[in-house]
Amino acid sequence: MAAGAQPAAHTSEKVTAVTTTLIPAGAPKAPGRPTRSRRIQQGVRERLAPYAYIAPFFLLFFIFGLFPLLFTFYVALFDWDPIGERSYVGLENFTELVNDPRFWGALRNTFSIWVLSTVPQLLLALGMAHVLNHVRLRAATLFRMSMLVPYVTSVAATTIVFAQLFDRDYGMLNWFLGMLGFEHVDFTASVWGSHIMVAVMVAWRWTGYNTLLYLASLQAVPRDLYEAAAVDGANGWKQFRHITIPALRPIIVFTVITSTIGGLQIFTEPLLANPVGGLTCGAARQCQTLTLFLYEQAFGRFHFGYGAAVGVALFVIVVIISALNYLLVTRIRSERA
Amino acid sequence: MNSASSTATRAPHRPRSVNRIHPAVYAALGGMVFLSVFPLYWMFVVATTDSATAYSLPPHVLPGGNFFHLAGLVFEIVPFVQALLNSLFVATSIGVGQALLCALAGFAFAKLSFRGRNTLFLIVVLTMTVPAQLSVVPQYLIMSRLNWVDTLQALIVPGLVSAFGIFWMRQHIGNVINDELMNAARVDGATTWQIFWRIAFPLVRPAAMILGLFGFVNAWNDFLWPFIVLKSPERYTVQIAIKALQNNRDIDLGLAMSGSFLATLPLLVLFVFVGRRLVQGIMEGAFKG
Repeated sequence: MAAGAQPAAHTSEKVTAVTTTLIPAGAPKAPGRPTRSRRIQQGVRERLAPYAYIAPFFLLFFIFGLFPLLFTFYVALFDWDPIGERSYVGLENFTELVNDPRFWGALRNTFSIWVLSTVPQLLLALGMAHVLNHVRLRAATLFRMSMLVPYVTSVAATTIVFAQLFDRDYGMLNWFLGMLGFEHVDFTASVWGSHIMVAVMVAWRWTGYNTLLYLASLQAVPRDLYEAAAVDGANGWKQFRHITIPALRPIIVFTVITSTIGGLQIFTEPLLANPVGGLTCGAARQCQTLTLFLYEQAFGRFHFGYGAAVGVALFVIVVIISALNYLLVTRIRSERA
Repeated sequence: MNSASSTATRAPHRPRSVNRIHPAVYAALGGMVFLSVFPLYWMFVVATTDSATAYSLPPHVLPGGNFFHLAGLVFEIVPFVQALLNSLFVATSIGVGQALLCALAGFAFAKLSFRGRNTLFLIVVLTMTVPAQLSVVPQYLIMSRLNWVDTLQALIVPGLVSAFGIFWMRQHIGNVINDELMNAARVDGATTWQIFWRIAFPLVRPAAMILGLFGFVNAWNDFLWPFIVLKSPERYTVQIAIKALQNNRDIDLGLAMSGSFLATLPLLVLFVFVGRRLVQGIMEGAFKG
């Protein structure tokens, strides 16, 4: 990353060259002194120009981003049937939600899948980043790129592959388990089995991505630190423990937060991993996540109001996580100061 | 002989113990690469043999020659060519559109002063962590009000908005264009538009391209929103076509795998060319964290 500064300095030189050659040619409309009215006109235009630059973005952002977010709170106050009537029910959807075991089940599943996927994923990413940061590593680009392959593969496609690998009778995983003398596991049927299956898919997809994030932070750590430590006799583990981990603390917090928010959005894996399970991911709702529950209520049963209430619950969770994030980050900063 | 050659290799006084790479490190990396790539390879194996492969133990591990036969079946069952074209159209529009819109707005936020700038930027940043998934119900209501349900613009138009993109472009434009340069250009009579289009944008084109690539990849792989909004098979994107293949109970897993492979192949080809840039993009993005 240290190399990043150089091209920037290099290009800014080029820029001045560009402006001097470009501007006389680019401004043929104003030969000599502009008249007063034209100057005012131009002044108004220049003052309004910024709004023209942001207008396309904000128009779409307000209609399709911010407005739906706020409107979710409104829809959640209604018994809203997309085909028929809608009637105001106040907070009824929320009282129903709080007393709905399906909601708490989905929350528990989401949390469990999040823990099962995030912890091994981030630990693995840490180790891999430490290894990839090695100065003399050969084929570093190749390793980095192959770690990103899962990220570009679609969730739908990978879910189908993993579902087969986890199959009770013919899955490769159960075949291995059988060779080791274990019973076959019916992953989709049990709570833990299905959670592990979904967590493996999530972890597979994001480990490489997080490795690259950690690696980027690591490269900002001066090499001398490692070399000095090695000369002083610190082995790989000690270097990892006392240099790598402290240097990465901010980015670790960041990845925990992003994977938490990502965890709340898990939808495709539980939907496709168990095709006979339908929108509930099995009869016992064993791996139905919050987003899948939202989808089931809103688009499977057409309870738009109730679905929106699940959306509000998700929003509350996101706000809590963001607040925790803020507290953690400010604590880290004050520790450093 | 033996001792001579071994002393020859040991002769240079290099501090070999310092940061020498242990073979186990390469083994670990090799294992990671294997785990990253194996599911795709397995998908390819099943997609080129037949469904019996998916149901045989010990598993076959070599691809067969059945790919075109299976692919042909996939094309018969769902309009897969159409789905590929739909995905290509949607993902390209979103990638290019995001890059342009975010570069424009990012330029305004980085370099122009206007009333409400900080407030507007704060709103964007605050919504950045809120997943769009939670407001799918109102989004759907808006689409049905616009009569956009079951159309591709229902995917494209909302997809053009990327709060992260604004953040990213603002950062990059702020880094390459300083105020001196802006003032110099203004003294020379350049309008704001000229400064943006002829100076700023060419300089941040690599960053805009990375943003566009991520927009493309994410749009190509998006599932939930297309699943909600698309109804008729000729509008399906490839991801929804995969789901349709899986839904059809008469169809075996081999076909679903072939469809998955066909849906993934274009991205893998793209990845061969731009993977380096994606790696670079992620590693640069980390600096915001």
